[in-house]
Amino acid sequence: MSHLPYLIAAWIFLVGLYGIVTSRNLVHLIICLSVVQSSTYVSLVAIGYRTHAAAPIFAGIPPGTPAVDSVVQAVMLTDVVVEVTVVALLLALAVQMHKRHGTIDPDKLRELRG
Amino acid sequence: MLALIQAFVLLFIAAAATVVALTRDPVAQSIVVSFYGLLLAILFFVFQAPDVSLSQIAIGAVALPLMILLALTKIKKQELEKQEHEKKN
Amino acid sequence: MKRRTRKRFFFASAALLAVVFAMGMLALPPLGQYRGPYGDVVNALSVPERHVTDAVTLVNFDVRGFDTLGEEYILFTSVMAVVLLLRIQRNEPTTRQEDQAPDRKGVGTSDAVRVVSLVLTGVIVVFGIYVVTHGQLTPGGGFQGGVILATGPLLVYLAGEFENFRKAVPRRLVHVCEALGACGYGLIGLACMLAGGAFLENFLPLGATGSIVSGGTIPLIDMSVGLEVSGGLALVLIVYLEETLECKEE
Repeated sequence: MSHLPYLIAAWIFLVGLYGIVTSRNLVHLIICLSVVQSSTYVSLVAIGYRTHAAAPIFAGIPPGTPAVDSVVQAVMLTDVVVEVTVVALLLALAVQMHKRHGTIDPDKLRELRG
Repeated sequence: MLALIQAFVLLFIAAAATVVALTRDPVAQSIVVSFYGLLLAILFFVFQAPDVSLSQIAIGAVALPLMILLALTKIKKQELEKQEHEKKN
Repeated sequence: MKRRTRKRFFFASAALLAVVFAMGMLALPPLGQYRGPYGDVVNALSVPERHVTDAVTLVNFDVRGFDTLGEEYILFTSVMAVVLLLRIQRNEPTTRQEDQAPDRKGVGTSDAVRVVSLVLTGVIVVFGIYVVTHGQLTPGGGFQGGVILATGPLLVYLAGEFENFRKAVPRRLVHVCEALGACGYGLIGLACMLAGGAFLENFLPLGATGSIVSGGTIPLIDMSVGLEVSGGLALVLIVYLEETLECKEE
């Protein structure tokens, strides 16, 4: 349990990478990319965690209580927003690739030219 | 007790990530990735990160599958148009 | 290279990568023993120095506000790129509106769906505004509230037809909202400089802890980010729906 989240994050990274490498559909590839990105969330949330600590919201508790790291959570918020941004852009690119080349198979796309 | 819940959610997430990568059909995969996003939100909640959990629920369970399905619809429509075009020629 | 060769090569290098990962991950401090001082410093200062109870919003919009400015502009740029990529090209064949096929009557949505969505859309919009404005008190903020606000128009589309959606969110209004939100953040930073401080330094009166008007510039930045995110996501939705369901009339 002491290093479980980090090992799970490594596993998610490798599984997503396997999905990318053996993908036959551009949209499937993009979704696997978002899975790879989510492995960083698991790792980050585990780095900032402190046992028996409260969330960093001091609305009902006195300001001195031990709390979880808030800087790491701010970084994770940025990460989540950037993920949806990247996926939107990649999906628009995939739609354009299909319009120009008629296929969204990554293997076949390599053979088409210009 | 909380440690048990955290360990259980972590193992569930590892399994769900494997299922997302191994599902080949993009339409089915979008539903699975929505469920995976919900699981991630529960993970953040259990690890005392409510801000990120709110963000992840709104984005990972709503905005992400929505965009995937819209892109898939557009690709399918282009496919049908191409087939009609070829039938005419 | 062939698929099978690629798979085998991947498994070999993934094994190596897994070993390196495991070595690195096991060298980290165990879960729960957080050592670094930065988080504790920010948590201790959030109430006395800025009268804000949500430390994450404080970090996002005040302590590291410049990073959030960059992140907001990433969102803005990528929405612009999506709109650009999916626009109707000039020589594309235009087809009729495909919301309903000509030889089949559309199924339409049932009355139960429409009544429930009528109630829920109001709830969603109010909840979104609540999350945006209470960002410095409870979990929330500009990004979360903006995404919640953007699901309101989506519900309108799901419950009604494309025409209702178009009337509820005219494209020009969404463009204006998004642009206002995007430039608002930069203008607040410049106003801080005009008031004599650094870019994005908190210069407004801090207010009482626990009230909405607390934290100086944080509520203003929250609202501008909420406008921008909701406008951006609504624009992506409009663009996808317009280009998927019907082509622009010339």
